[in-house]
Amino acid sequence: MIVFRVNGLSKPYSTGVSSSQIDVAPGRGRWGWWLALALLLAVLLWALGVGQFALSPAQVAQALWAWATGAPSPLPTAAETVLWNIRLPRITAGMVVGAALAAAGAAYQGMFRNPLVSPDILGVSSGAGLGAVLGIFLGWSMAAVQLLAFGGGLAAVAVVVALSAGVRRHDPVLVLVLAGIALGALLGAGIALIKTLADPNTQLPSITFWLMGGLSAVTLQEVRVTAPVMLAALVPLLLLRWRINLLGLPDEEALALGVRVGRLRLLLVACATLGTAAAVSLAGIIGWVGLVVPHVARLLVGPNFVRLLPASILLGAGFVVAADTLARTAARIELPLGILTALVGAPFFLYLLARTGRQEGGQ
Amino acid sequence: MTAPQTPLPVLLLQQLCTGYGRRVVSEGVNLEIAAGEVLCLLGPNGCGKTTLFRTVLGLLAPLGGRVLVQGQPVQAWPRAQFARRVGYVPQAQTGVFAFSVLDMVLMGRAARLPALAQPAAADRAMALQCLERLGMAHLAPRRYTELSGGERQLVLIARALAQEPALLVMDEPTASLDFGNQVRVLAQITALRAQGMAVLLSTHQPEHALRVADRIALLGQGRLLAMGAPRATATPAALAALYGVEQAEIAAHLRGGWLEG
Repeated sequence: MIVFRVNGLSKPYSTGVSSSQIDVAPGRGRWGWWLALALLLAVLLWALGVGQFALSPAQVAQALWAWATGAPSPLPTAAETVLWNIRLPRITAGMVVGAALAAAGAAYQGMFRNPLVSPDILGVSSGAGLGAVLGIFLGWSMAAVQLLAFGGGLAAVAVVVALSAGVRRHDPVLVLVLAGIALGALLGAGIALIKTLADPNTQLPSITFWLMGGLSAVTLQEVRVTAPVMLAALVPLLLLRWRINLLGLPDEEALALGVRVGRLRLLLVACATLGTAAAVSLAGIIGWVGLVVPHVARLLVGPNFVRLLPASILLGAGFVVAADTLARTAARIELPLGILTALVGAPFFLYLLARTGRQEGGQ
Repeated sequence: MTAPQTPLPVLLLQQLCTGYGRRVVSEGVNLEIAAGEVLCLLGPNGCGKTTLFRTVLGLLAPLGGRVLVQGQPVQAWPRAQFARRVGYVPQAQTGVFAFSVLDMVLMGRAARLPALAQPAAADRAMALQCLERLGMAHLAPRRYTELSGGERQLVLIARALAQEPALLVMDEPTASLDFGNQVRVLAQITALRAQGMAVLLSTHQPEHALRVADRIALLGQGRLLAMGAPRATATPAALAALYGVEQAEIAAHLRGGWLEG
């Protein structure tokens, strides 16, 4: 029998129901989390194996086993080099980029109470893109480029959120999306301007390549610099993830439940933007991950961020690694990663719009 | 031998003036609610009940006067501390995300958990108990967005109970409920009162106020027109004046109802 006291009341109150009579454990979504993990592991095994120097899953497993136990590897030296020095850095970069973008997208969707927002739609990606392009144009260091990317992303999201809060005549969700699109176009113009000004021989190729998004040029050193930044963005999101649920309520309800809404949202926006900016500065603009992945995760594990955020991280990592593996193996030349994610993401977004419209119409 | 101290009122409004910016919605409101007391606000649409509630909840700064919860001004309570004392039952809306009913009720635990903590098994058991009190435990795994308006309202009451408050502020808690659920909610209010809960609620149905309230306050024309024992306050004459209808119609409407019971 569970008895609990009401604050300040003389008598404890009890329902006479013992906790064992009711199923306390929430069952929904537990298997979905394992499915996400299994998918990621499968993608990793596949990605480590395929490529110009193909390795069978068994060989990959042997190499991993040898690495784990410290035993000498049975694989030829060339295979070892390809595995550890070429594929692993790229796969690691794909994982952290996908994890950061998906987590940021899930967090934005939760805190703006809108399942259609994402780093791209809020203008964060374009803002971070403009910042980073400017950094490259000015010939600044990697750290300065990242800082500019972060500043650009934060400024973009601040403008979009301020606009949607200030405009009261229209549906705030519509204003948020439209403001993000308009600002994205403006920032795109800024990026185009810098491209025309950039040195066509030294700067322009790297800017162009980088704007299309891709992991082919990423070095382990860059991953080492960026990964801690992404970790710094992801850890607070993960620690606060239950409370992101409360931002899904109307602000006044969340306040009445004891949540300092403004402060929490600001912290989460800063973390999600930092993660996005770090991903952009490492791999360029890879669109749609932050929109599509949280949706798939929500289908698998439900809307509770306690499970949604970890599932988004796992699926996001798997999605970007899978897309990048396709990008480097599907054709004779390397395909830009951003194009592949857009091929999956844009139709999915249209599907979501159609489905949401139907649901609202049905009510 | 000392005389027994009068216990601190759970909620005390002193010369409260509410409104937005320069626009005064109501003024000169004085009232207090003790533990185990139910006070019901009656008033026509637009009389300022919601503004008054928002001020009591600290969501809107008072334009004048004071709101004291357990003796301390509302604005001086840290938000989480406040939420442990005052539970708010808003009018139910559809949510954006399809949280389960249990997850929805668990959000009531936010003020009692450390910032980085998640609800534990004890919190879940308690949330289920709050649902059980309202006869809703079987809905725990269902999606909140798929419930009827009445069921959603009951879930929000369960969420407020999960805050373990000393005062419940309920904004028209019976508005969207069917008859059975209205009776259930009114019975719950009576049960909570017996356990020492202070309740401030508004309703558009005077017979509900007569049923559960210890005192009724009539809010109209920007001030408290009357406050006191239910039957002495919510008289047909007073209600007719408050809502701007004929007294005979009120009497006919309430005939055979709780008014005469």
